[in-house]
Amino acid sequence: MSRLALSDEILMGIEKPARYIGNEVNMVKKNPDDVDIRFAMCFPDVYEIGMSHLGIQILYDTFNRRDDVYCERVYSPWPDLDKVMRQKNIPLFSLETQSPVKDFDFLGITLQYEMCYTNILQVLELSQIPIYTADRTMEDPIVIGGGPCSYNPEPIADFFDAFYIGEGETRYNDVFACYKRMKADGCSRAELLHELSKIPGIYVPSMYECTYNEDGTLASFEPIYDDVPRTVTKEVVMDFNDVHYPEKPLVPFIQVTQDRVTLEIMRGCIRGCRFCQAGMIYRPTRQKDVNLIEDYALKMIKSTGHEEISLSSLSSSDYECLKEFTYFLIEEMGNQHVNISLPSLRIDAFSLDVMKKVQDIKKSSLTFAPEAGTQRLRDVINKGLTEEVILNGAMQAFHGGWNKVKFYFMLGLPTETMEDAEGIPALCERVAQAYYDIPKEQRNGKISITASSSFFVPKPFTPFQWAAMLDPETYIERAHHVKDTFRQQLNARSLRYTYHESYVSVLEGVFARGDRKLSKVIYDAYKSGCIFDAWTDFFDNDKWMAAFEKNGIIKEFYTTRERGEDELFPWDFIDIGVTKKFLLSEWNKARKEVVTPNCREKCSGCGAAKFGGGVCFERQKNG
Amino acid sequence: MSEETYKIRIKYVKSGVLKYIGHLDLMRFFQKAFKRAGVDVAYSQGFSPHQLMSFAAPLALGVTSEGEYFDAEFNSLESSEELVRRLNEQMVDGVYVKDVILLPEKAKKAMSIVAASDYLISFNNEDIKDAVLEKVPYLLKKETIEVFRKTKKNEKVEDIKKGIYKLELNGDKIYMFLATGSEYNLKPESVIEALCKEADVTYNRFDYQIHRVETYYKNANDKLVSLLETGTKIQ
Repeated sequence: MSRLALSDEILMGIEKPARYIGNEVNMVKKNPDDVDIRFAMCFPDVYEIGMSHLGIQILYDTFNRRDDVYCERVYSPWPDLDKVMRQKNIPLFSLETQSPVKDFDFLGITLQYEMCYTNILQVLELSQIPIYTADRTMEDPIVIGGGPCSYNPEPIADFFDAFYIGEGETRYNDVFACYKRMKADGCSRAELLHELSKIPGIYVPSMYECTYNEDGTLASFEPIYDDVPRTVTKEVVMDFNDVHYPEKPLVPFIQVTQDRVTLEIMRGCIRGCRFCQAGMIYRPTRQKDVNLIEDYALKMIKSTGHEEISLSSLSSSDYECLKEFTYFLIEEMGNQHVNISLPSLRIDAFSLDVMKKVQDIKKSSLTFAPEAGTQRLRDVINKGLTEEVILNGAMQAFHGGWNKVKFYFMLGLPTETMEDAEGIPALCERVAQAYYDIPKEQRNGKISITASSSFFVPKPFTPFQWAAMLDPETYIERAHHVKDTFRQQLNARSLRYTYHESYVSVLEGVFARGDRKLSKVIYDAYKSGCIFDAWTDFFDNDKWMAAFEKNGIIKEFYTTRERGEDELFPWDFIDIGVTKKFLLSEWNKARKEVVTPNCREKCSGCGAAKFGGGVCFERQKNG
Repeated sequence: MSEETYKIRIKYVKSGVLKYIGHLDLMRFFQKAFKRAGVDVAYSQGFSPHQLMSFAAPLALGVTSEGEYFDAEFNSLESSEELVRRLNEQMVDGVYVKDVILLPEKAKKAMSIVAASDYLISFNNEDIKDAVLEKVPYLLKKETIEVFRKTKKNEKVEDIKKGIYKLELNGDKIYMFLATGSEYNLKPESVIEALCKEADVTYNRFDYQIHRVETYYKNANDKLVSLLETGTKIQ
């Protein structure tokens, strides 16, 4: 048995020691001496969150298929262990071999949400790797970021040697080849980074220089060498049926957030909701062959022993073989005592039939995400869901015995008025009334409707990247007003309304569309004790405000400022296929309340067709 | 629940880093291992069926053991040898199945019949070893052995002598045979604490590694014997 990095005394003195010992089912074991490249893959949050992430499982599997690479895992130590590691000067270690991260060739960090940024600094500091890329030497690992937040990496650019822009499956072989070649040549770190920057999809921040206008907006963003590309095109898997998928995913001992087999059926979304970043950056929509995923489902249940299987996609209802696949699962999994979980389904006759078969109606609820309270505002955000569709779906469900409904909304959307906000309780009330219109003997007791609002944050690479975020005071006022309006409804006793706090969303708003000037703020906030900001128990807004003040950074420049059409954005050097011109036309259509059809109804020429596949060519394929 | 299930009892070893896995997580581990092995485990009825499984005497976190047991129910059987082989293909470092036995139809749950366990205590801290070891032969000669014991409600001084069936040296380790289970339950930590008190050494849990050797029940002749004797090998 390999030795653990932490002593018995430390492990027995902290919460959930199983977070730090590795040894899970399907963990990959190799001898680090037998490989050329040691890759530490990090999710900068606690084990239970990180272990639930599909992307890392995919890359862990892909990298470890290579004989010359050993990919191990690292997660953020919880604050109890963080304290002990600092006191005793214990370097952060990998789970597999329990060896220091600083001895690895690469430290890969996945960037799933903005509020993990201070945790990245924690990982670097506990690993005893210099926090700033400028201070690192060949002795330190190459620190490379990836994932959704790398589509605007600028606020954390100073902490990273490189970012991988796009889908991880395609380009790492080139990265590893380059690394091996350069290392054999005895190159310097600067030379290595320069070479890496020439690989498609790889962005090396230190190879670019930016200047600013007097008003603080970006004036120029240029490579410092002629042979470094001016734009970085995202990487995208175009043969979606011929790409590695983990048939033997890791199975943790302790209960994690997603304690089940996760099966990706589709990447991308045809819908084009204007607030949604995922809907743009993962274009074009690509589906997996139904025979392939059926095969995966059986293999993965067999290799893990999990008792639940869940589908992963942005909008499962748009998967063309969903019916066939779902009935296959019900048939196969039922015999094996495996539960089926189907997130992001549109409520219709088919999904209700399926839900009836896989869930207990008494316990399950219907979920709708209209996002906005009125049809006007739903047209602005291009959310195709209409009140008629909601009411029809709900009524079918009520007749089938359901009596719990959940609604998800956003507040602070562009052009939103008080009337739009009041539309939220009005819509919920109409659903409640529809329920009570059903004769008493045909319905199932009282209805319970829960609605919640989050604070809208404009994201890069969406039509709303030009939009002003609402100021937090107005947001809270609006949320209070919605809550009051809920209380005045006839069926108020059947309605519940909650809204998110504003502070964290404001910070997300700053970092989502931030620039390089923000790295100092993140550094200072971290040094003053900010960590695990995504966790309410740890989030400390005062410390963040002090860090902004210390660096003379005005938050509102990033949040509540509407951008001009000509403004150069910090993320404009990235090419996601979808053009800035298309996004701008969408922004203009939004303000005119004009909807855009989805990709299957009609191609709107967003630009993603240049990748040569997916939904853009479905019609040609189908004749 | 269908009546045609077979009650089986599984003996396993828990060592190495597995000592940091609590018994509920270990139960989930075994449930998944059953599924991977494809053995014919029985499920409860109802809307969310689950495997029927119960542990004999849960181990505290940090304790290793070569004499752990849990009960399960199967719809059909294979030989003990075959089940051990198939389950061990699904284990990870630190846990393996030693034996599988078939219980009589009316057998009581392991949890309700456990009466004793024995342990080997080794030292992580050499500095205190001799002082503590020296007291081992004398402790049971005392009329009463008093230690502080925490219960859910309060903390009180208790005489634990009635729970110590044996206490002796085993090389440079301590061997102890203690009452376990619902009637009287004595943790090895309490005995070590008593020894420390005698030796005038400050008790620190991390100076010791506790290892359970076997789990026992009282048979029809009132003798303490291994739980393995509650059933028979499946041929």
